[in-house]
Amino acid sequence: MTESDPRQVAIRFTNVARHFGNVKAVDHVSLDIYDGEFFSLLGPSGSGKTTCLRMIAGFESPSSGSIQLYGEEVSTMPPYERDVNTVFQDYALFPHMNVQKNIAYGLMVKRVPRKDRERRVSEILDMVQLTALGKRKPSQLSGGQRQRVALARALVNHPRVLLLDEPLGALDLKLRQQMQIELKAIQQRVGITFIYVTHDQEEALTMSDRLAVFNHGKIEQVGTPAEVYERPLTSFVASFVGVSNFVESNLAYKVTGESKSFTLRPEKIRLTTPDASIPADCYGLNGTIRDVIYLGMYTRYLVDTEVGIDLTVVVQNLESTSSEVFAARKRPVKVLWQKAHNRVVEE
Amino acid sequence: MSTDSPVPTTNPSLQSKSPIRLISNFLYRHSCLATGLLLLLPMLWLVVVYLGSLGAMLVQSFYTYDRFTGQVIEEFSLDAYKEAFTDPDLSPPNKDVIKRTVRMATAVTIGAAILAFPLSYYMARYAGPKMKGVLYLGVMLPLWSSYLVRVYAWKLILAKDGVMTWFLEKMGLMPALDWLLEIEGIGGNSLSTSYIGVFLVFLYVWMPYMVLPINAALERVPKSLTEASSDLGARPWYTFLRVILPLSFPGVVAGSIFTFSLTLGDYIIPSVIGTSSYFLGALVFTQRGTVGNWPLAAVLTVVPVVIMMVYLSVAKRLGAFDAL
Repeated sequence: MTESDPRQVAIRFTNVARHFGNVKAVDHVSLDIYDGEFFSLLGPSGSGKTTCLRMIAGFESPSSGSIQLYGEEVSTMPPYERDVNTVFQDYALFPHMNVQKNIAYGLMVKRVPRKDRERRVSEILDMVQLTALGKRKPSQLSGGQRQRVALARALVNHPRVLLLDEPLGALDLKLRQQMQIELKAIQQRVGITFIYVTHDQEEALTMSDRLAVFNHGKIEQVGTPAEVYERPLTSFVASFVGVSNFVESNLAYKVTGESKSFTLRPEKIRLTTPDASIPADCYGLNGTIRDVIYLGMYTRYLVDTEVGIDLTVVVQNLESTSSEVFAARKRPVKVLWQKAHNRVVEE
Repeated sequence: MSTDSPVPTTNPSLQSKSPIRLISNFLYRHSCLATGLLLLLPMLWLVVVYLGSLGAMLVQSFYTYDRFTGQVIEEFSLDAYKEAFTDPDLSPPNKDVIKRTVRMATAVTIGAAILAFPLSYYMARYAGPKMKGVLYLGVMLPLWSSYLVRVYAWKLILAKDGVMTWFLEKMGLMPALDWLLEIEGIGGNSLSTSYIGVFLVFLYVWMPYMVLPINAALERVPKSLTEASSDLGARPWYTFLRVILPLSFPGVVAGSIFTFSLTLGDYIIPSVIGTSSYFLGALVFTQRGTVGNWPLAAVLTVVPVVIMMVYLSVAKRLGAFDAL
């Protein structure tokens, strides 16, 4: 996906800022989200991603700048006039209504005839696999079931854009992974633009077509998961999305001969014997294994190199056992990686 | 401990079994007994003092009152009930007093709910922590001074040449006041000698009892619910009717129980303010104190109890307690 994407723009942020007193929650953000995309806003808490989502929904209005929804300026429009729906972090199900009534709420507001309403509610209940639970109250449902009701309540209105505010945050790991797959499948089925707020980089990488990485109210990078992971533009992106070794410019000089800081993914580094030769397309450094962290599927080695760079190296436990792995502690080694894996970043 | 065993075999603190330790250990193991002991005093209060006296009153309502001797005879009869609801010779007729009192209690309850809701909503939703503190204080402040003093103060405020009249005059609102006082049935010579005045003072004294429960109920409605409602296309008024009101209704009912029952039973305000026509409380006071007709007084006290029971069961049927 490039700047000249032919697809229709669903959401366009132009120079949007939002201040709370002296705090710049969102600091002049410009962003295009295309029709039909699964787009994630990724960042640590307080980075402005949720405020951006709330501005799209209409719960906050921007201090300056413009927000367009399919070409229409919406920044001053109240939430009830926008054709977007939200899945809330705490689900926000109405406790005094049963599942069916919760889901039918948006249709009731729009005075959809009863027959039509009942049909759409039962269809969506089937889709989220809650057919039998229509008469239950939210308090009688499990966390995962509530999450599905919240999703159904938003989707039944066929919004142009669906906003999801960390919807899986309260679920346990297994359920979360299952829901990630389901959400993605539902998005592909209904073809609605999903905007997904999360602080979980793995979730963002798994589900998104594209994502924006937020930090301190600004967007650090926008791209596909592979682009953001493989070619991080800043040291923040490199460290927040996945794990990264960050080598500062003065130390980088000792490796590359250039004083430009770079990042290096731990899985790109190989461990060999200290006397191994260095291929022409690789960098190589001698060092000692300071510590070993055994993680079952793979092992994380912390290596002190002779030039003073500390590197984290991840090696899959292909044939090695845990006792072999632990025996590597204090052992002299050589680390090797292809020059192409160095990513020069802004500090 | 003897000197020939210098190393104690067990923890010394476990060996010194002081009585307090024994009791607390015993209670820890028998938690039912501990709960029972904790509840003993409040249960004594509730059963003996409260339910006991209520029962005694109920029993007395079936006693017989001898009109000639003015004696209460401890004999079962329904005379007092007959007298309360049918005797037309009584001045004032009891039925009218009951009607008047219930009407006033209803009016005060509705008025208090209408006034208290926006205030509570502002306190729960929009007021910052400082403003909230000030408002809580403002609501509670009247409860710090004597009820009697406040009622007499209101008599002066509402008097014909009192502060209220002066204020309305300055504001050019005298025609409105005159119009209000001319209304048949609730008007009168001045605010302090009309049912409107009684209503205003009741409204003032019971207001905190309405504001606090509604506020508590509204505080428990998460902000995300109103956001979800507007997100689903509902305008503010729809959100209020379908989400905020149903979820805070238990608070309104709780508040109305206070304002309604307190107005039913009060006998000071109608005797200080208003037309000196009887309200239930005053009637009970007269029958019990002046006349000495204990059974009739008991019957007239049973009346508001029954009204409240009906009121609560209706509220329950309306689902007022579902969201609790």
